[in-house]
Amino acid sequence: MTDPIIRIEGVSKSFGNFEVLKDLSFTVAPGEKLALIGPSGSGKTTILRILMTLEEINGGGIFVDDEPLWHMPKNGALVKADEAHLHKMRAKIGMVFQLFNLFPHKTVLENVTLAPMLTKGTPKAEANALAMDLLAMVGMADKASQKPAELSGGQKQRVAIARALALRPKIMLFDEVTSALDPELVEEVLNVLRKLADETDMTMLLVTHEMNFAHDFSDRVLFFDGGRIVESGPPDQIFTNPQEERTQTFLRKIVAAGQRI
Amino acid sequence: MEQWYGYIGLILDGAVVTAKITVLGCALALVAAFTAGLGRISRFWQLRWLATAYIEFFRGTSIFVQLFWAYFVLPLLGVPLSPLQAGVLALGLNVGAYGAEVVRGAILSVPREQYEGCKALNFTRIQELRHVILPQAFVLMLPTFGNNAIELLKGTAVVSLISLSDMTFQAQVVRAQTGSTAVPFLTILFLYFAYSTVISNSIKALERRLSRGLDVTKG
Ligand SMILES: Nc1ncnc2c1ncn2[C@@H]1O[C@H](COP(=O)(O)OP(=O)(O)OP(=O)(O)O)[C@@H](O)[C@H]1O
Ligand SMILES: [Mg+2]
Repeated sequence: MTDPIIRIEGVSKSFGNFEVLKDLSFTVAPGEKLALIGPSGSGKTTILRILMTLEEINGGGIFVDDEPLWHMPKNGALVKADEAHLHKMRAKIGMVFQLFNLFPHKTVLENVTLAPMLTKGTPKAEANALAMDLLAMVGMADKASQKPAELSGGQKQRVAIARALALRPKIMLFDEVTSALDPELVEEVLNVLRKLADETDMTMLLVTHEMNFAHDFSDRVLFFDGGRIVESGPPDQIFTNPQEERTQTFLRKIVAAGQRI
Repeated sequence: MEQWYGYIGLILDGAVVTAKITVLGCALALVAAFTAGLGRISRFWQLRWLATAYIEFFRGTSIFVQLFWAYFVLPLLGVPLSPLQAGVLALGLNVGAYGAEVVRGAILSVPREQYEGCKALNFTRIQELRHVILPQAFVLMLPTFGNNAIELLKGTAVVSLISLSDMTFQAQVVRAQTGSTAVPFLTILFLYFAYSTVISNSIKALERRLSRGLDVTKG
């Protein structure tokens, strides 16, 4: 088996006295499509935010590409990472947010070109060409000169995906990217994710409440509850034959709420 | 009647001086506001401390005292200033101290999602500020900046105290020479009002232009 691209080793995370992640460990293989599911408050978003360096860890360690994420080697020991180290590590990782986080004062095209131009020094013409390719891929090329406020939620989210892809990260994090959308707009965003999963070898971590999509999309599913992994396995096993009581209860509730699995 | 032309001419000369102090003062205030406003949210405590000291000092003391300092005390310390320089310095720094809090408040009110978007795209803090945060925050600052500019305009009247011949100073000259209070002071009343109307309309136009197609609350 190839070396994992992400290793999470005994990570703990608290907000105040409230321990959100408890001694959490798992690995992700290069190119793997991983779905993270579980009840609200189980810590799924927190894991993605820690990987994007938006949230610090309180204990344990994370390795991305065999390099420590939140630590760096210094005089033979691992010390807390400084801004320069985090900057280097962030280049490997991209994230798409529930609320899009597009830049409202920039056009769609500028939203996508800004990061390559600023962080990689990509010349403008080249950044534009790359951005137009990505916008075409997400079906947004014809809106390149619009501002985000003129777009629907589904369109905004597709632009946000193109924007994150423009930096060509090895790892992409998706945090409930369809849950702020009207139901009729969900599918257009999921189609883009399907395409990415099929056509790229990017490692993808996806937090979602769309069980049907998690089933199709992922190579492996992690079921979280209370900051721990309760059960993990291939989607067929988790969704059709879950072993743990808590997984069964969770999935029963989802089905009762009207979702197909 | 003839003589009034001369007197109106005097007041218009003063109006030019007032316009000059206002424009230069606003320019200095803008620079001071951004410098101190950014200093207030710096990661370095030394910068935060300096910015806070400046803001508190200039907001906590009177513009009269600041003006007299600039004009009468600085020369004793080896920094002689012309009345115009002293007036611009005192007014600019005074209004800049209020503006700094506006800059800080506007930057902090840009939603957290925008900062996180920048981090996920691996911007440095400077890039984040320059390309994403400030352009959005600036639109939020404009209305209060407009009020500050009008405060500065009204404040220019105090420079007559250091014998700078602004509008108010010239109105007093005319009053002394003609014995009429109503005519010169009605004239400058009108002129001050015209100036402040120009300021507030320009700010509104700028605000409309910069916020076109922009909905700051939603990405
Ligand atoms: N910044 C914060 N400060 C305090 N508590 C927080 C913070 N962020 C998250 N939490 C808490 O940590 C717990 C886990 O949050 P997290 O967002 O990771 O859950 P989640 O699994 O993504 O849930 P959901 O499905 O509702 O999005 C929750 O109880 C939440 O209230
Ligand atoms: Mg969440």
